[in-house]
Amino acid sequence: MLVFREQNWSAWMRAGLSGDSEAYRRLLEDMSPVLRMLARNGLRRAGAPIADADDVMQETLLAIHLKRHTWSPGEPLGPWVAAIARYKLIDVLRRRGRRAEVSIDPIIEDLADAAPAPDEASMEDVARLAAGLPGRQGDVVRAIAVSQRSIREAAEALRMTEGAVRVALHRGLKQLADLYRMENA
Amino acid sequence: MKTDDLIHALAQDAASVETPPRRALNIALVIAAVLAAGAFFVLLHPRDDILQAAHQARFLAKFVLTAALGVVAATLVVRLARPGASAPLRLLAVPLALAVAAVVLELASTPAPEWRARMIGVNWLVCLSYVPLIAAAPLAVLVATLRQAAPTRPTLAGAVAGLAAGALGAFFYAAHCPDDSPLFVAVWYTLAIAIVTGAGALAGARWLRW
Repeated sequence: MLVFREQNWSAWMRAGLSGDSEAYRRLLEDMSPVLRMLARNGLRRAGAPIADADDVMQETLLAIHLKRHTWSPGEPLGPWVAAIARYKLIDVLRRRGRRAEVSIDPIIEDLADAAPAPDEASMEDVARLAAGLPGRQGDVVRAIAVSQRSIREAAEALRMTEGAVRVALHRGLKQLADLYRMENA
Repeated sequence: MKTDDLIHALAQDAASVETPPRRALNIALVIAAVLAAGAFFVLLHPRDDILQAAHQARFLAKFVLTAALGVVAATLVVRLARPGASAPLRLLAVPLALAVAAVVLELASTPAPEWRARMIGVNWLVCLSYVPLIAAAPLAVLVATLRQAAPTRPTLAGAVAGLAAGALGAFFYAAHCPDDSPLFVAVWYTLAIAIVTGAGALAGARWLRW
């Protein structure tokens, strides 16, 4: 399972890094239930409430997105994903005042074996955080994330150039990640 | 917002790939070296007898030691910038072994009554002040660059960035310093570099989380 997943994931990530947003979407869709499962298992091991799993998963997904330039295309994607999932789990646990000792090995094993967890809860938290994003960046993130618009549609709706929308979206996503961290600090 | 919505937004942002950390850090290291050189020539100057000193092993050893430490630390910084990459801290044994060897040679080749004077030297306060001063801007550049990367051990990454900046500061400072004994270097250069390393660790804990 890991090998199969690994090959697809690496290929999709490589395509995504060269601008193929469809391959990149497939990667994120395939990865998110696995990340949720990693978060659940990690929280359970740490004795923390499993209800936080979707928060952890979303933060991990955002981190994977914003830090994807730190993956070397020549290397396997799995260990890189596992390291980020572990870092985000530790980060959330520490912010919630729990002892943050998380071993990487169970995460690697989970990545290989366990069944992905389906999306059950809706993501009220991110919607609320996105609502708090100020200015143009907030408009763009909401137009694209909440209303499912493309870059071009968002540019038309907001009377901005596509380039400006792209820049605002990237900055807005970075800000969203910062808000997430401050919110739970 | 459901996960699908978040994923939709992330996929729309697919084109915004930043510079890989290896490349960004290589550029940052060059800038750091230039800044260290600039600080050295503004704040200090090469010692007057540098041409004669250049023929002496003790003087040259200072550059070998600080350069070895700098190269190892720079290598480790690049590794620590990326999730899942191994950072072989045991590489630090190389500069450590070189320093120990230099100290042993010095102890073997000088009479015991001289050791104390050689260790204390004449310039230790200058060493402790100016190495961190020369290293400050390089450390800032390295930490700023690491912020764009993804160090999963932020405090350690900051400390090793401090080690690299400290080695850079000590490398340039060595051209000014009249104390060449490995005993002096082992004590005061180590302390000066440790100050920068500690500052790097604090900066890492403060600014390198993501």
